[in-house]
Amino acid sequence: MKLSKVYRDYLHRFSNKTLFMQGDIACAYGALYGGCNFLAGYPITPASEIGEQLALELPKIGGYAIQMEDEIASIAAVIGAVWSGARAMTATSGPGFSLMQENIGYAIMTETPCVIVNVQRSGPSTGQATKPAQGDVMQARWGTHGDHEIIALSPSSVQECLQLTIECFNLAETYRHPVILLMDGEVGHMREKIVMPDPDKIELTGRRLAKPGELMFGGQLIPPMTEFGAGSFVHVTGSTHKDNGMRDVETQKVHDKLIRRMYEKIDKNRDKLIRVEKDYMEEAKVAVVSYGATARPAKGAVIQARKEGKRIDFLRLIGIWPFLCRVWRRNSS
Amino acid sequence: MASGPFCAGCGGGTVLNVFTHAIDELGIDPKDIVSVTGIGCSAWIPSPYYKADTLHTTHGRPIAFATGVKIMKPNMKVIVIAGDGDIAGIGGNHLIHAARRNIDLTVFLINNSIYAMTGGQVAPTTPYGVRATTTPYGNLEPDFDVARLVVSAGASYVARWTTYQVFNLLKSMKEAITKKGFSFIEIVSQCPVSYGKMIGKHRASDFLKTYKESSIPFSRAEKMSEKELKGKIVIGKFVDRDRPEFTESLRRLNKERIIKPTAEATEDTRG
Ligand SMILES: Cc1ncc(C[n+]2csc(CCOP(=O)(O)OP(=O)(O)O)c2C)c(N)n1
Ligand SMILES: [Mg+2]
Repeated sequence: MKLSKVYRDYLHRFSNKTLFMQGDIACAYGALYGGCNFLAGYPITPASEIGEQLALELPKIGGYAIQMEDEIASIAAVIGAVWSGARAMTATSGPGFSLMQENIGYAIMTETPCVIVNVQRSGPSTGQATKPAQGDVMQARWGTHGDHEIIALSPSSVQECLQLTIECFNLAETYRHPVILLMDGEVGHMREKIVMPDPDKIELTGRRLAKPGELMFGGQLIPPMTEFGAGSFVHVTGSTHKDNGMRDVETQKVHDKLIRRMYEKIDKNRDKLIRVEKDYMEEAKVAVVSYGATARPAKGAVIQARKEGKRIDFLRLIGIWPFLCRVWRRNSS
Repeated sequence: MASGPFCAGCGGGTVLNVFTHAIDELGIDPKDIVSVTGIGCSAWIPSPYYKADTLHTTHGRPIAFATGVKIMKPNMKVIVIAGDGDIAGIGGNHLIHAARRNIDLTVFLINNSIYAMTGGQVAPTTPYGVRATTTPYGNLEPDFDVARLVVSAGASYVARWTTYQVFNLLKSMKEAITKKGFSFIEIVSQCPVSYGKMIGKHRASDFLKTYKESSIPFSRAEKMSEKELKGKIVIGKFVDRDRPEFTESLRRLNKERIIKPTAEATEDTRG
């Protein structure tokens, strides 16, 4: 699917231009190139610029950016908007990400495609609020209760902030799953060169809509969905539900089947989702593994060490979740 | 519609009945309705028994979810039905801000004075002194006048009725559903089980009798002192006014700002 004409017409003004841009702003433009038309958020350093930029840009192309009363409301509004046809996102940092956890679980359970950007900062609690950190990797994976999978990507340059945001929107639709963009305060607030893509060349994954009578919560690995008002009378619930969406909070088999399918959506596509930048040497015994902003100095250190005659592999995680255990084992055997 | 999930005597059935009549009498196509609910007994009033789109959300958050729905689907009737714990307790902040934005939602809060689904814990609407499972020595907190709160926050339409005044409630529901802006009805409703066990009222009729005897119309209540109003339920329409509606403002902004496909010029990207 191509971007809509309104979006392409607007984004053409940036096409192939080399700009000097902040990571957060690049993420906001990545959202536009990704077809996002709805953002709900709540201000927090170092993520506020994403919502600010989209508040500036979205009205020009017919989208909506709203500031909610808190982060719980922000992700709630996003999920409501998605079921009403939007390609939607929210952007926050650690404290807000913590508040979102219950509804991230709701998005997983209701198979709602949406994008959650977490520009990580120091913690626990308010920590050193303006200092970058990478401490939410496990929160992204296990922050909400219950058995579930998650998809998370992590950019390490401004260019990647834009590119991976587009991919987050596509992955969300492909797997009908919330996707987390784990930025860090360093990447978010850093300014560097970026080459803006040509909007005509952007390929978007559209939403797969159910044909009349088609099941929307089962019957296939990744079922199609609908939007409110289409006349499909859909029942969306965070409680355990059958293939038709109707809740069943008694039958163990129904729960088992639902949870296994949602796990398999990700697990069966693990190899497609795991994304790394590899720089291997033959028979190196040591490897440096890194991601986000720290991957760049880490790579520099590896290059330096090699100059000094040390054999060291370098691996940068771009897709953080699902984890790369298989790639890792293959290469370390 | 199938049979409901309610205990015998629950006010939820009455609300369900009146709501069904309201939709019928207004002649609204079920395709144009989204019901959004939270978690609690009252959250099961519209879900899943209606042939309409339903978003059954997390506890306390239906209004926030509904906000996203209404922005994307401005022509649909977005109706929130949920409990007092849901909307005035855990989700109280969403209620205040949705009323302040005056977003075109219709919210029916079922005030049964208790957290019923979880077995009778104190709610922000439980009267002072009442014993609940978490206030075994009596509730030490005053109860919330939710309808007045929503008036102060800026809603276009606010009313309160009990399950005894079904015809007033029906008329009011129809007004609330058609009113542009944030419309709110607090429905005082009986829970003969979880609340009944705490106050010794085990039949719906025990509650309805009290509702009949202690309901005071809003116009009369205005002239009564706080002391005279003790133990009374002020019913009626509190406000019905026209104020700017949020999603309309959003759409107006987009109309003004939208870049015509022919426009050029590279704007400052703030890099
Ligand atoms: C975040 C969260 N906290 C607590 C609960 C447990 N819980 C379920 S329903 C409920 C209270 C419901 O009370 P109310 O909203 O008044 O609805 P009622 O059952 O009285 O109709 C609670 C506390 C929950 N589901 N989620
Ligand atoms: Mg209650």
